[in-house]
Amino acid sequence: MRETLRAALTIYAKDVRLELRTRETLFSVLAFAFVVAFIFTFAFEPSPQLIASIGPGIVWVAWIFTAVLGMNRTFLLEHERGTLDGLRLAPVPREALYLGKLLSVVTLLVTVEALMLPAFLVLYDLSLFNVWFIAIALAATVGIAAVGTLFSAIAVHTRAREVLLPMLFLPVALPLLIGAVTGAREALDGEGWDGVGRWLQLIVAFDVVFLVLSSLVFEYVLEE
Amino acid sequence: MTGAWRLGLLLVTGVLVLIDMYLIFAYAPTERSMGIVQRLFYFHVPVILTSWLAFALAAASSVWYLVKRERVCDRLAYASAEVGVVFFTVAIITGAVWAKPVWGTWWVWDANGTLTFVLWLIFIGYLMVRAYAPDAERGRRWSAVTAIIGAATVPFVYMAADWWGGLHPERVTGPGAQGSLESEMFVTLMFSFVTFIVLFTALIAERYALRSDEDTIEELRLAAA
Repeated sequence: MRETLRAALTIYAKDVRLELRTRETLFSVLAFAFVVAFIFTFAFEPSPQLIASIGPGIVWVAWIFTAVLGMNRTFLLEHERGTLDGLRLAPVPREALYLGKLLSVVTLLVTVEALMLPAFLVLYDLSLFNVWFIAIALAATVGIAAVGTLFSAIAVHTRAREVLLPMLFLPVALPLLIGAVTGAREALDGEGWDGVGRWLQLIVAFDVVFLVLSSLVFEYVLEE
Repeated sequence: MTGAWRLGLLLVTGVLVLIDMYLIFAYAPTERSMGIVQRLFYFHVPVILTSWLAFALAAASSVWYLVKRERVCDRLAYASAEVGVVFFTVAIITGAVWAKPVWGTWWVWDANGTLTFVLWLIFIGYLMVRAYAPDAERGRRWSAVTAIIGAATVPFVYMAADWWGGLHPERVTGPGAQGSLESEMFVTLMFSFVTFIVLFTALIAERYALRSDEDTIEELRLAAA
């Protein structure tokens, strides 16, 4: 267990160092997120009443598309530079690989989401600084990363990776999207645990099931 | 299953389908409030249950394949996915055609409808993984992973969509049934169930046989090279 965790943290540290040196993924993904949020302004002509009902949906569609784009890159560098074989040969448990990559994805997504909060405030006058909203967002992001990391390891090797990842990921992540959007709406309406609680529970249950299941089947994905 | 068995199964299926058509369109009475469109129900309900069965079969054989690595399981999963996509498509179309005159809308995102739609998409994803995988071996493994992850999402989709709200007719037969059916309707429905399950089995057997032949050809080609 300890070995696994240490190996996972090593892989994670490598990804973070790589990102800090190149700053490639974060900025391209963030730019995309801003463009999506900006496009919605013109697609909906948001009025305050409209934002109250579709605001959480806009936020989550922007985030989930950004997540797909970001997760597509998780294994892309490893694939292009052949370093995936190196990782595969490393004498560490397969779960460590999954866990390390998962941590990188969560970090990337949480950073992008946090940096998007001011944009939503400015573009839609939508204040998302709400404890319950943030709790839901963090829990849902873990679930997104749990499923997305697994599927991106599959998609990266295929010819149609840009299509395949969303095709596999979005249907499976539907409960997360429903929970996150509905829970967020409850939270922004000023509901506490009574309104938000069951959605949070659903999302956390999803996280647990898919973290365990994905780390178990990950070795079948990587196997040569 | 040998060719003779499959031919026999196809013949039985053909006869059952003919009898079923008679029962659906001539024997069963027209429902009073919904009218003729209610006859779609004899297609929709058996097809949807068979589609779910296809998904369960694909998921179970995928687990089996990853554990045992026997090609038999993979062929079974692949055949279920292929036939499942067709059955899901039919279920979704019949459901929509029925819902429009009865509910006034083509589609309602209740738990059953949402789950069906999601499983349909996952099956399409399953077939795409196989089609785009760099080699057949990885295609088999990755599609198995897809089916397993897809199966794990079922309770979550169902619960999320259920809480999210929707309407679907109460179940009319089986455990937890609310209403009751005319006996002719009940007989027709039950016969439809049998027919569609036999049809499903026959289609799976055909696709399975095709996959075995493909594998044999591949082995021969490898042996010749």
